[in-house]
Order: sequence, then C-alpha cells, then structure tokens
Amino acid sequence: MTRQQRLVALAGNPNAGKSALFNALTGARQKIANYPGVTVERKAGRMYSPAGEPIELVDLPGSYSLDPSSPDEEVTRKVVMGEFEGETQPDSLIIVIDAANIEQHLVFAQELLSLGLPTVIALNMVDLAERDGLVLDPAALSEALGVPVIPTVAVRRKGLDELRAALASLDGAPAREPRPSIGLTERRVSAEAIADAAILSETATRRLHAHLDRVLLNPWIGPVILAGILFFVFQAVFAWATPFADALEGAVAWLSQLVTANMGPGLVRDIITEAVLAGVGSVVVFLPQIVILFAFILVMEATGYMARAAFLMDRMMSFVGLSGRSFIPLLSSFACAIPGIMATRSIADPKDRLTTILVAPLMTCSARLPVYAVIIAAFIPRQSVGPGIGLQGLVLFLLYVAGIIGAMAVALVLRRSVTKGAGSGFIMELPKYQWPQLKDLAIGLWQRAWIFLRRAGTIIFIATALLWVLLSFPKAGPGESQVDASIAGKIGSAIHVVVEPIGFNRDIAMSLVPAMAAREVAVSSLGTIYAVDSDDEDETAEAVTASVAARWSLPTALAFLAWFVFAPQCVSTIAVARRETNSWKWPTFMVVYLFALAYVFAGITYWSAVALGL
Amino acid sequence: MTLDTLKPGQRARITAVDTDSIDPSDARRLLALGLDTGARVAIAHKGVFGGSDPIAVIVGRMTVAVRRAHARALSVEPAAHTEEVQAGA
Repeated sequence: MTRQQRLVALAGNPNAGKSALFNALTGARQKIANYPGVTVERKAGRMYSPAGEPIELVDLPGSYSLDPSSPDEEVTRKVVMGEFEGETQPDSLIIVIDAANIEQHLVFAQELLSLGLPTVIALNMVDLAERDGLVLDPAALSEALGVPVIPTVAVRRKGLDELRAALASLDGAPAREPRPSIGLTERRVSAEAIADAAILSETATRRLHAHLDRVLLNPWIGPVILAGILFFVFQAVFAWATPFADALEGAVAWLSQLVTANMGPGLVRDIITEAVLAGVGSVVVFLPQIVILFAFILVMEATGYMARAAFLMDRMMSFVGLSGRSFIPLLSSFACAIPGIMATRSIADPKDRLTTILVAPLMTCSARLPVYAVIIAAFIPRQSVGPGIGLQGLVLFLLYVAGIIGAMAVALVLRRSVTKGAGSGFIMELPKYQWPQLKDLAIGLWQRAWIFLRRAGTIIFIATALLWVLLSFPKAGPGESQVDASIAGKIGSAIHVVVEPIGFNRDIAMSLVPAMAAREVAVSSLGTIYAVDSDDEDETAEAVTASVAARWSLPTALAFLAWFVFAPQCVSTIAVARRETNSWKWPTFMVVYLFALAYVFAGITYWSAVALGL
Repeated sequence: MTLDTLKPGQRARITAVDTDSIDPSDARRLLALGLDTGARVAIAHKGVFGGSDPIAVIVGRMTVAVRRAHARALSVEPAAHTEEVQAGA
C-alpha cells in the first residue's frame, strides 16, 4: 500500500514572507481553490523532500493569533487544530517568522507550537534584518523553542534545502507533547525574553523604511505623491495597453479571415466567426489593460506601498463610513469587479466588507471601456477644450468620476441604512518596504489573467452564441428583416416598452439582454444586430460606431452612457457577490439598486438632453 | 494621558488598555498587534492634510495604523526624558 502524501502547512503572521516562501518551495505548481463553505482561498502546491518524495504544501492565511478576528484567521485556526471539516490536519507545520520582527512573530509562533505538531521554523528575511543591523542566533532560538530553526531568504532561495532536510527529519518523528497554552501577555513576555537571548548584535542603523515613510506618509506630501502615482497608473493602463490590444484585435481578425477562407459557408463557420471569434475576441482585447493595472497593484502590494495608500485614503473613506482597507478592493475594481470583490476578504468588519462589495461594481471596470469608446467615438466631436485636453477624453474622465461619486454616495447612504453600524475601525500593519520579486509578480499576474480569461471567456462565449442563435432563428421570410423575424427581435420589442421612456431604441433593448453576460457584449451584440441583416462578416467596432452614429440621437447615446455607469450588467460579478456574501439576498439587493439608479440617471440624462435641444 | 495626545516622535509606554471603549474585535486586533500594557510605543505620523486620523504608531519593530478612537483607549506614560526620536527608528 502506498503511503498517503504528507500534508505540510505554512503558518505565520501576515507580512512574514509566507507567500514568497510558498512560491519558492513549490514553484508554479500551485492550485488555488476555496475552502468548502467559506470564501477563503486555499492555496496548495507540491514540493519535494530531499529524497524526491512529493509533499502537499498548504499556504494558510496569515494570522496574528488562534483567537480569530476575521474569516481568514478562522480558517487558519480550524485547519491547524484539525477541526476543519473536509480538510485533514497537517502532518507538520512550517512556521514562518520575519527575522526583523521577531518579538512580535514569536507571540503567535508560541501559540502554534503549543499544539504539539511536528514543526520547523523558517526564520525568514534574515538578509533584511541584517540590513537593519539585527543579527540573530538560530541555534539559540532553536534551543529555546525546542524545534529546528532554519534561516531563510525565500526570495533568494536561500535556506530552502536546509528547510526541506529539516522537514524530512520530522517525518515519522513522534508528535511533540502539546504544551499547556499560555495567555497572550505571558506569551508576549516570553517572546521578548526568547528574542533578547537570540539577538547577537543590534546596531541602531537608520532603517530605510523610516526614511521612506517620512516622505510617503507625510500628511501633505504623501497624498500628493499617491495622487501622482494613481494618475500615472491610469495613463499607463490606457497608453501602454493600446499596442497589445491592437495586436490582439488584429490576431482575432486574422483568425476570422483564415476560417472564412478555408471553410465552406455554413452554420459551423458562422458560429466560429460570428459567435466564438467576435464574442470571445471582444473580451480578450481587454486583457492587456487588466494585466497592466494588476501589475501596478501587485507591485504596490509587494513593495509595501499599498498599506501606505490605504493609510492615506483612510480619512477620505471614513467620510462615507468605510476605512482605508476598502481602498485596495475598490482600486482593483477599476480593472474588474470580480478580483475587487474577492479582495474584500481582508476587511475584518463584516458591514464594512458588505458595503465595499455592494459599491465595487460602480467603479469603472475595463469592460465598460468598449461601450464608452464606441459611443464617444460616434457622438463626441474630436475637439480640444483646453491645452492638451480633448473633449472625448474629458467625457471619458467624467464617466469615471461619475462612477466614483456614485460609489461614495451609495456607501454613505448604505452605512446609514441597510449596513448601519458603529464606525468601522482601521487597524493595519504597515509592512517593511521591499523590492518586488519578478517571479512572485509573474505568478500573481498569471493567476489573475487566467482567472479572467477562463471565467469571462466561458460566460461570454455562451452569451454571444445564444444571442446569435436567437437572432438567426426563425429564418425571415422574403421581404422581412431577419432581426424583426427572430426570437431576439421579439424579446427586444417587449423590453423596448420598458426602456422607451428613457430614450432607448429597440436595438439597445435587444443588446441589453446578452450584455447581462458582460458589459462589452453590448458592443458585439449591436454589431451582430446591425450585421445580421446586411450579411456583413466583418463586425468590427468601427462598423458599430458608424451604424450607431447614423441611427441614434445624441440624447439616446448620452442616456446609454449614463445607463452603463450604474447598470450591473455582469453575471460574473453577481455570481461572485453571491459567493462572497453567501446568500442571494445581497446580490439581489445590489442588482435592484443598481438597475434603479441606471434607469433614473439614464432618464434624467435623456430628458435633460432633449430639453436642452441636443 | 492617552496615545492620541502624544506628539510625533515622542516615546511612551502603554500603562492600560481600555478595551470596553472600543469594538471587541478591534480590541483583540490591537492586542494581537502588540499594543498591550507594557509595550513601548511612539507616534510616527498623524493624520492627512492636517487632520488627526489615522495615526501610525511604532510598536517594537513594527508600524501599525490605528484610528484616533483606538489611540484614545490606550493610556500611556511618556518616557521620563523626552528624546527626539527618528520616526520609525
């Protein structure tokens, strides 16, 4: 009988360098899933013992203690205590300690050690500690704690072999006697004593991060620098992504031509070119923007700057009843609300977290861009309104601002009504500054890009294919328009009754249904709708722009823009909100309030524009 | 006096934590981060644009951000000789 694979868990405080150590030990062989029943990510990977035996390594969420104060910490507690249903208790633990913050990290380490599991301690980031003038004696630490202590520098792959060897030596060793758990104060006193005994030398070198903080957290200069960084990020997202997006678009068009040239006309070819390539292609084009925005977010997180940004934003967020912690998920939502909503897991306060989830879809995600771009190109003249400021860019900027103001106003109202509660706290460790590691960034980017492609790809493929079927059948009789005859046309006419008062025509009504799959599908749907009759294979955004400019009035176009600032046209976001809130109640609330706002504001826009004679 | 009245750079020692005046989970988190009786602390930064929220507190070798309401729950005794310390040192 083959022995079951060993299960080893990485545990420790947040900011101990756990993820870097996990990446170094497992490489890219990682599996990310969710713990059953909770919304906490389970990151597992495979590492090998010195004898070549595979070991499953689980990266537990960073915790400050086994007395949990967030869903993440609850998972860590249950897993290490063997109380998590469906998850076996780890055979051994690797406790990760930041060498430069040893007194603090030993407090939790002692609590973990009292469990009695076979344990190795990775004294991580010893290089940074030495940079700050702190030299430690691992042997003394090992003596005091009764378990092997291995100095490591995860990002430079130092100490990994020693760590694997120490882990192998634990295999088969009898479990240590569980020690009586002692209280927090006692653990802290003993942590200090153990640390004092292990410190060989400590020179008061000025720490790098104190200098950086004096500038970056300065009450006046700090926010200005943050605003500058954010401005640069958004410039980069638009400017740098364009060549890649163009190349992707070209590749999709080339593929489409290839299929058209090599396949006989028929149903299969139409499905491939009109549904698969036109639909999925319209989403893949946004991958560069998402990757670039996430690259900046990951760098800001890896360097430790993100926590400073949260600090600087806390005051502003507190005006609407949120805290600086909500800044990170909301910033991610500019790329896509899905990772944004998932990032709310780090918010400890449940009402704070719920409010952030509910307003995240108001941030202008990249899926709105194609919708905005098409309408702006069709209706807003390419003229200058000031030095270096184009009218088109200004309208786009105003749409972003409308989303932000909308989110803040909604948060303000929610915190005084449905998510009413005591002002949420903001307690957050500001980690040391570090250079980001290219490998960790690459792994993080790859994971996010893949989640986006897989999730969006499948849903958008199904939606576009479905619309294509609904538009193509039943076939129109002679002299009849295909769109009028189709099922989609009938559905569109029914919806048209509801949206007519806010200035929407039947084509818009028809495009709104498949656009529930994803906002950008509105563009490809309009393309399909205007192309089905004309038999034009080439449904490019330009063709849509021309059709829209010819058929819509300006008030209708402006109302359409206002609609998309608010409308929750994205089933993936609704699905993620459902998973993260563990109920249908809140996603339903979110969808209803967002549609209500979309309807009201599109209506106001339409009627104001008509009244102004636009 | 309480932590929120400390000037940036001034060193002090926490003498008491009034856990009743703040949210219990916030209190747990403060203690877990080492803001507990006996801890040596200093204020690194206070507020944004002249406001007094949030506060960056140096505790041990760590910098922790808290709100003024939390700092008010921490009674401190300033170090006998007030020496100007480097923020973060």
